Amino acid sequence: MRRLTTLGLSGYLAAVYAFIYLPVIVLVLFSFQSGRFPIPPLNGPSLRWYEAVLSDSRLTDALLNSLLVASISSAVACLLGFIAAYALARYKLPGTGFQRALITAPLTVSYLIIGLGLLITFNMAGVSRSLLTVGVGHVVINTPLCFAILYSLMGDHQINIERAARDLGANDLEVMAYVTAPMLMPGIIAAFFLSVTFSWDEFIIAFLLSRFDNTLPVEIWSLLRSGLNPKTNAVGSLVFLVSIVMVLFMEIIVFRKVIRR
Amino acid sequence: MMDAARRETVKGWSFIAPTLLWTVAFFVVPFAIMAVMSLWKRIGGKIVQTWSLDNYVAFFGKSHLLKAMLNSLEVTVLVTLISILLAYPLAWIIAERVPQRWQRLALILAILPFWTSYVVRSYAWLLVLARNGVINQALLGIGIIDEPLELASTRTATVIGFVHFFVMLLTLTIYANLVQLGPNYRRAAADLGANGLQVFWYVLLPLTLPGIMVGAFLTFVLCIGDYITPQILGGNNELLLPQVIMLQIGRRADLPTAAALSILLMAVVTLAYVLCARWLRLERA
Repeated sequence: MRRLTTLGLSGYLAAVYAFIYLPVIVLVLFSFQSGRFPIPPLNGPSLRWYEAVLSDSRLTDALLNSLLVASISSAVACLLGFIAAYALARYKLPGTGFQRALITAPLTVSYLIIGLGLLITFNMAGVSRSLLTVGVGHVVINTPLCFAILYSLMGDHQINIERAARDLGANDLEVMAYVTAPMLMPGIIAAFFLSVTFSWDEFIIAFLLSRFDNTLPVEIWSLLRSGLNPKTNAVGSLVFLVSIVMVLFMEIIVFRKVIRR
Repeated sequence: MMDAARRETVKGWSFIAPTLLWTVAFFVVPFAIMAVMSLWKRIGGKIVQTWSLDNYVAFFGKSHLLKAMLNSLEVTVLVTLISILLAYPLAWIIAERVPQRWQRLALILAILPFWTSYVVRSYAWLLVLARNGVINQALLGIGIIDEPLELASTRTATVIGFVHFFVMLLTLTIYANLVQLGPNYRRAAADLGANGLQVFWYVLLPLTLPGIMVGAFLTFVLCIGDYITPQILGGNNELLLPQVIMLQIGRRADLPTAAALSILLMAVVTLAYVLCARWLRLERA
C-alpha cells in the first residue's frame, strides 16, 4: 500500500514536471533544427538559426537596448526603493502606513494599465516615445519591488551600528551610504537582479512606450508575425538562458547570504 | 531654531521625497489623467473633452465589450482553479515527501521556466499545440487520432498557457506556507487518530488557505491583465479584455474607450482584492 502511494506520488511529480518543461524543451530542441520549420521531424543539429540571430542587426540592437534599459532602470529603481525603505524604517514620519501603501501600489496594477496611463500622459505632455520612456515605465514597476525587499531587510540590529557611526561624526547621508548600504548589499544586489530580470522579460510597457528603438521582447513579438520559425526559437532560447543565468546567480550567490544572516 | 525632533522629521522627508515624487508623477498622475480621459470622447478622429459617462454606458450597451469582460472573468477563474488543483499536490509532495536535502533543488526545478519571458513562453506553447506541432504529431504517430486536433487559437490553448505559468507561481506560495507550518500540526493530528485524508481536510487545508488565497489573488491580477498569452495562443476568435483594450489603442486610436475599459479592469481587480483581504481578515479573527 505504502509503495503504491509512493509510486502514485512519483508519477504525479513526473507528470507535472513534464508539463512544466514540455514547452521549454520543445523551444530549445527545435532551435537546433536545420530545416525551415520548428516542427517534427527533428533534423539537425545545426547552429544556422543562432548565426541568423547574431547576424540580424535588428535583434542584436534590441538585445543591447534591453540590457541598457534593464540595467539603468533597475539601478534607479533600487536607489529609489532603498532611500524610501531607509526613510520609513529609520525616521518617524506621519502617515507611514499610507506612504508604504502608495509606494507599493503599482504592484497590484496590471502592466497594461500602467503602460496605457504613461502613454496617455506622455502624449499629452508632448514627450515622444523612446527607450527613455520605456525605462521610466520599468522604474515604476520595479521600485515597489525593490522597496518591499529592502524594507523587509531593514532590521533593528543595524540601528546600533548606525548610531555608533553617527557618534563618530558621520552625518545622515554618510551613515546611509557608508554604513547601511554596505550592510544591506546582498539584499540590494538581489533586488537589482530581480528588477533586471523583470525588465528584461517585460513586453507590454516596452511595446506601448517605445517607437523606433525596441527592446528584445518587442522585437521577438514582431518576429512572431512570420509564424513558426526556428529563428524565433533560437532568440527565445537565448533570452531564456540569460534569465536563468541571472536567477541562478541570485540563488547561489545572493539569497544564501541573505538567508544565512 | 528648530528642535531636534523636527529636524529629524525634515531629514526623513528629504530621504523619502524622491520616491514619493516619482510615484506621484509617473503612477498617480497618469492614473488620474487616464481616469479623466475615460470621461472624454473620440468623435471623428479627434478627442473631445466632454464630461460624460458615455464610454461606460457603451461598455454595457455594446455586447462585444461586455462579452470580452465575461470571457476574461471565465478564463481567469478557470485558470485559478485548475492551477490551485495542480499546484497544491506538487507543493505538498515537495514539502513533505521529498527528502530535506533535495527539497530546494526540487523547488528551483519546479519554478525555473517561470523566468522565461512571457512572449517566449507563449510562443513555445504555440509550437507544442500547433496543427503540425509536437502533440498532434505524437498523437497521429501513435494512432490515437486520424486528423490533427485544432488546439492552437482556442480558449483551451490560452488556458493551458496560463495554467503552465500559474502552477509555478502557486507552487511557490503554497510551498512557502507548508514549510512555515512545519510537520508538528500533522503529527499532532495523526497522534490524535486522524487518518491521512482527515489530516489534510481538517488541519492542513485550513492552515494553508492563506497561502492559497495570496497565490490565487496574484494569479487573478496577473491573469486578467495579460495581453500576450491570449493574443498568441487564443487568436482572434474570442477576445479577452486586454486584447480589446489593445485594439482600441492600436487600430482604432480610441484612447478614451481604452481608458474606460482599463478603469473597469482596475475596478474588477480592486473588488477581488477587497474580497480576498476581507476573507483573510475574517479567517484570522
